[in-house]
Amino acid sequence: MNSNVWILTFADAISIATTLILATLGAILTERSGVINLGVEGILLMGAVTAFLVSDGTGNLWLALFLSVLVGVAMSAVHATLTITLRANQIVAGLALVIFGNGLSQFIGKPVEGKTRPVTIEPLKLGPLSDIPVLGPILFGHDMFTYLTWAGALLCSLYLNRTRPGLVLRATGDAPATVDAQGVSVAMIRFVHTILGGALMGLAGGWFMLARGTAWSQAATTNGIGWIALSLVVFAAWRPLRAIAGAVLFGFTLQVPFTLQGQQINILPPEIVQMLPYVATLFVLVMLSTPRARRLLGAPKMLGQPFVRDER
Amino acid sequence: MGSHRSGGATLFALSARQVTKRFPGVLANDRVDFDLLPGEVHTLLGENGAGKSTLASVLCGLYKPDEGAVLRNGTQVRLTSPRHGLQNGIAMVHQHFRLVDRFSVAENVVLGHRKLPFLLRANDLEDQVGQVAERFGLPLDPRAVVGELSAGQRQRVEIVKALYHGAEILLLDEPTALLAPPEVEKLFETVRAMTQAGKSVVFVSHKLGEVVDISDRVTVMRDGRVTGSVARGEADTRKLAELMVGRDIDLSPRRSRGEARETLLSLSNVGLTKDGVDRISQVSFAVRAGEIVGVAGVSGNGQRELAEIVAGLIAPTSGEVSINGERVNGVGTRNVRKAGLAYVPEDRLGTGLAPSLSIVDNLVLTRDRGFLVDRKSAHLEAEAFIKQLEIKTPSALTATRKLSGGNSQKVLLAREIFTAGSNSRVLVVCSPTRGLDVGAVEAVHKLLDEARNAGKAILLISEDLDEVLTLADKILVLYRGSVVHEATGDQVDVEAVGLAMAGLS
Repeated sequence: MNSNVWILTFADAISIATTLILATLGAILTERSGVINLGVEGILLMGAVTAFLVSDGTGNLWLALFLSVLVGVAMSAVHATLTITLRANQIVAGLALVIFGNGLSQFIGKPVEGKTRPVTIEPLKLGPLSDIPVLGPILFGHDMFTYLTWAGALLCSLYLNRTRPGLVLRATGDAPATVDAQGVSVAMIRFVHTILGGALMGLAGGWFMLARGTAWSQAATTNGIGWIALSLVVFAAWRPLRAIAGAVLFGFTLQVPFTLQGQQINILPPEIVQMLPYVATLFVLVMLSTPRARRLLGAPKMLGQPFVRDER
Repeated sequence: MGSHRSGGATLFALSARQVTKRFPGVLANDRVDFDLLPGEVHTLLGENGAGKSTLASVLCGLYKPDEGAVLRNGTQVRLTSPRHGLQNGIAMVHQHFRLVDRFSVAENVVLGHRKLPFLLRANDLEDQVGQVAERFGLPLDPRAVVGELSAGQRQRVEIVKALYHGAEILLLDEPTALLAPPEVEKLFETVRAMTQAGKSVVFVSHKLGEVVDISDRVTVMRDGRVTGSVARGEADTRKLAELMVGRDIDLSPRRSRGEARETLLSLSNVGLTKDGVDRISQVSFAVRAGEIVGVAGVSGNGQRELAEIVAGLIAPTSGEVSINGERVNGVGTRNVRKAGLAYVPEDRLGTGLAPSLSIVDNLVLTRDRGFLVDRKSAHLEAEAFIKQLEIKTPSALTATRKLSGGNSQKVLLAREIFTAGSNSRVLVVCSPTRGLDVGAVEAVHKLLDEARNAGKAILLISEDLDEVLTLADKILVLYRGSVVHEATGDQVDVEAVGLAMAGLS
């Protein structure tokens, strides 16, 4: 078999991982504050369709990505308002967000359906690094967002573990009453991080559309990547750096069947791969179903629980 | 009693002047005066609902008083939040610790401190926290993970946290509730070290016995008012109890009258292994008709497992449990109840009663075994219980969750002991008075005593040592799942029991 094919598969895996890492980081920040946002897939779709429409209309790549981020902010702000201010059930609100994002993106994406991608995010030219055999094309043939995302994961990790606001964030997910007693607003911490997380998810959707998607094809555009990101949070035990490893692994799993198909090796029907996001999500939900498992996995203790100050 | 000092002579560290605080339907504090001297240990004593926690919450800035003022060093302060209270040197340690289990001691202590730099260096923080702990003689490892610490150690973390944030006045809400006797002694040592450093400590407590030892002054509250303030030396338990309850109450020991008869419940070599750990090992004892056997111990030493084994909720991995001579290992709750067991679990509202069902419906739960229920007679029975046991409720159709702890416990005990047709002769009771006030404790103890005299065999599992000492004819101490100490009720060596509870026998 051609070794070049496998090099391309690895390179693709790392490329897909960029979206996964961005969305997973967003989910980690959100969940560390104690809010679970199941709406990732909906935000990704809305981010993607926004990026497509804006770049199709203006040809401006940066404006397209910026508006994807804004859409992510707006959608997660809805989630935050529902779950933090109005104390709605977080699971239900998240699922509603998926259905909403799915439907609205189909509606507003109707006119551009079938069109090809208007602009492309170009890979960086890293000169001699890209010429290293094998490793060059795998690691150094990507666009700037891939590298920024890796740096972002590192920053997230430092933020969580080495800074004052990171300490407060971790405490908010585990013991909001403690944070409240210190005179810090739990609602504010949760709002800020849910929205910050949403911004990253919006960017993940926008980038995915413009760097990897070929055309806007409704829900099939992201094809369940948002659900995989949610599973990755658990896989990464809510730690940003582990998310990179998990994302590359999942990216590889997603890419291999296409490679095999291209090589006329049909050991796995493509439908099985399409099931992967949902199987992974089911797996995660089962894993998270017992308090003991949640503790062992390191889930924020008050994940999914609205905070109410116990007053009479 | 109630000696009045003029404002000029003494400068109080903290005072409440005519503080009134209302909650919907409740007057929690009614023109309350309270004074705390620098370097003083002052206990706020009262039953649950007497308003002492409300007063403490006003003093620390959690609640704003509706009327009246809080004075710090003689000057009025308007505290807007616990954080604001802390800025004035006032901190409260709540009964339920507000700690992050997954954080280290140091991280917990520094959390929320104003002067924390943006970038944190773990080593520096650990050193600082270690120094504060050492200064007050509080042994603590700043690197330890809080989730792995005992209740006493966690309390120390809370205290160190308050001190690190600059507290001069520490309000401790029911500080001994979760501690074993030796840990209580350590807490008292810490309190003495703090008062020697000029800091003041307020104990909020409903336990009469222990407060007398440590306090310089005891202020007693009832129904939102201060009923008296007694200095050290003038305070005796009986007088304080009267101030608390407003009438003479009987907390003297109650023992079995008459001969204990045939054995109704017996355990022989019962063991339980879970996840490779022995939760219960080699426990053997018998409970006879007309006696109470008390199991004492610090929370988490197998009491819960023991109760659940006897109640048939879990099957023991070894040994034998028999009721009325019938072997009941692993036959299931329904059959255990058929064999004659009644069970009053610790979690009275969640496990014992159905919280959103009425008193009548809760009685029906165990009363009727057939397909149809006889509500009419259940209603009559409920009315009779309400009258006989003085259960305070608007009606027999009130949901049990709306009752106070004492009243819901009475409903549960009534169901388990007295319902018509109940053939239960064995009663397992777990922490029956946890969270109840003195009046309700007396009522529950009276009920259990009556049940004993009616010939029931009662197994009382309680973390409240005083309760076990008051009621039990025979006392067992459970430590790490084994019975490490046994004594008969009249010849009990309290110190030996305390040491056994801490695993030091």
